[in-house]
Amino acid sequence: MTQAVPVSAEAPPAATPPELAAPKHRLTAFAPLVVLVVAVLLPYSTLPLPGLLDGALNEPGNLQLLAVCLVFGGLAASYDLLFGRTGLLSFGHALYFAAGIYGTDVLVTHGGLPLWQAAVFAVVGSTILATLLGAIALRTAGIAFAMVTLAFAQVGAILVARDFGGLTGGEEGLPLASDGLPAFLLGVANTVNLYWLALAYLAVVVLVVSRVAASPTGRVLAGLRDDERRVGVLGLDPYRYKLVAFTLAGALAALGGVVYLLVVGGASPHVTSSELTLSLLVMVVLGGPGTRWGPVLGGILYMYLDHRLTSLSADLPGPLGQPLFVLGAIFILAVYFFPGGLASLKSRVAPITAALRRKPAS
Amino acid sequence: MSTFVLLTLTGLGLAALYFLVASGLSLVFGLADVLNFAHGLFLSVGAYATWWAADHLPGAGPTGFGFVLAAAFGVVAGAAVAALVELVLIRPLYSRTIEQVLVTVGLSLAGVALLQATWGADPRPFPRPEWTRGVTGIGGANIPNASLLLVLAAAAVLALLLLFLRYTRVGLVIRAGVENREMVTALGIDVRKAFTLVFAIGGAAAALAGALGGVYFGSVSPAQGGSLLIFAFIVVVIGGMGSVVGSAYAAVAVGLLQQFVNYYGTAGLGDICVVALLAIVLLVRPQGIAGRAVTA
Repeated sequence: MTQAVPVSAEAPPAATPPELAAPKHRLTAFAPLVVLVVAVLLPYSTLPLPGLLDGALNEPGNLQLLAVCLVFGGLAASYDLLFGRTGLLSFGHALYFAAGIYGTDVLVTHGGLPLWQAAVFAVVGSTILATLLGAIALRTAGIAFAMVTLAFAQVGAILVARDFGGLTGGEEGLPLASDGLPAFLLGVANTVNLYWLALAYLAVVVLVVSRVAASPTGRVLAGLRDDERRVGVLGLDPYRYKLVAFTLAGALAALGGVVYLLVVGGASPHVTSSELTLSLLVMVVLGGPGTRWGPVLGGILYMYLDHRLTSLSADLPGPLGQPLFVLGAIFILAVYFFPGGLASLKSRVAPITAALRRKPAS
Repeated sequence: MSTFVLLTLTGLGLAALYFLVASGLSLVFGLADVLNFAHGLFLSVGAYATWWAADHLPGAGPTGFGFVLAAAFGVVAGAAVAALVELVLIRPLYSRTIEQVLVTVGLSLAGVALLQATWGADPRPFPRPEWTRGVTGIGGANIPNASLLLVLAAAAVLALLLLFLRYTRVGLVIRAGVENREMVTALGIDVRKAFTLVFAIGGAAAALAGALGGVYFGSVSPAQGGSLLIFAFIVVVIGGMGSVVGSAYAAVAVGLLQQFVNYYGTAGLGDICVVALLAIVLLVRPQGIAGRAVTA
């Protein structure tokens, strides 16, 4: 179905879904598994990467940075379920991420619940929140939908910033109380467990998103992205399918919030800001919307660059010292000259290498 | 009674600020289908240009006529930046809505970072003319003159915009373009020239909001535009996209609601009520107070 439907001008740049691409070589099908094994084993390496990371790879600081990158890789993939796969331009995805973070943090720190209970309550609560708000916001479409989700997310930011009842800690954030946490997640020496947790989260999100995309529901979502009216004509209710995608993306984001809370060790109000959603959009577009690995790569690379540029900013002159300036400029250039993002790199480079290979022969 | 008058007039001052930002957004969205995230940047450009001109531009100064000149410089700078953004960045992506949104998102991120790199992230004290620091007694309440200035400026902008849209040929083209862009194009009118003009007008109004908002808040910071922008978006959706009058009504409703609830309830509750109002309007009347149906 997706092949037959012409891509409308409104839809985000649609890459060919991996399940529809030409059958790959049998060995390359195992590539993700190999990458996963390498990523799992990475903390055992003491390899120094001068210029890329400070000190050896398995130092706690570096592992934490990598864990944050992995969480955002997963978060970007969950956002891509909305933007790249369904064509919903939401500006409120940060709300569900923040709901996972603050929900768990408040329940553990103020409520005294054990971590796993707090996490379950927070994720379930955030999912219900996503369903309710999605049900209202999806009454609008396109640009109006973007504005409405932005407004809802702003309420979250206000609630956190105003600190009603002293629950959220306001501007200063809320450090996670360590009483309710299991011992293997505590202390600098156990950073590696947090890294594995983040990796597990990323793997879960990629698995869920790609399974959904390959399912019949996923085909309908792709149809909604390409031509919503046509899906309606086929007798399917676009509203319901969009609500399913919105809820699922919200649940995955909330789960990411729980992992992020553990990795960072506390909640800070910047996770509720609209800038976070905007940067998710940047990650997905840089990586390649609607592809399996593009958003993940985009998220990891964005967070890494953001972190590295901040630590390098003292050495760089003028506006180059501002990570957001560099990332914003790269983003604008990518929209013009590089639609499809990193995921389209292979197909873009292929003609060039082919041409280069042909030259010596002729 | 005096509290009521005070809250009403300061609420209207807030509404004026929202209207100045929202009118441009609404026109740009109505005509060109561009959700302009960089609109907050135009506001910041206006504020910083006014702030800069008050110190550096010959003839301009922090008070009296000098400040008027500085604000005029800010408005021109805002209009110029807006027109430039439309010509260089938006026009090549004509009719590709999502990409246009993405470019304005990138621009808002990069632009704010650029302002931050140039003038720092901390708020700078804004020049406040002598008169705006005083208060005027109306109905037993002492109203800050900065609020009155905002209300007067917004009323003037509203009147000028309506006159421009009703009684000029370009205004007619813009109104027709909001209704049905394809038809205007089919009649042989280059509607893209109107796009640039609408961007410049919106940029000028936002820059004026930046200059007067600087006077109102007493300081200017790079992130100021972004936080105002979200409420301007809400005003645009409630008012109905593409309608200047709808934006004016919605701005008044939002400004008053916010001010009254924030005073009588807890601080911050007003902002939440505004979003609740948005949800109610969307459920009852998805196309906004005055406007075409809000669909993609």
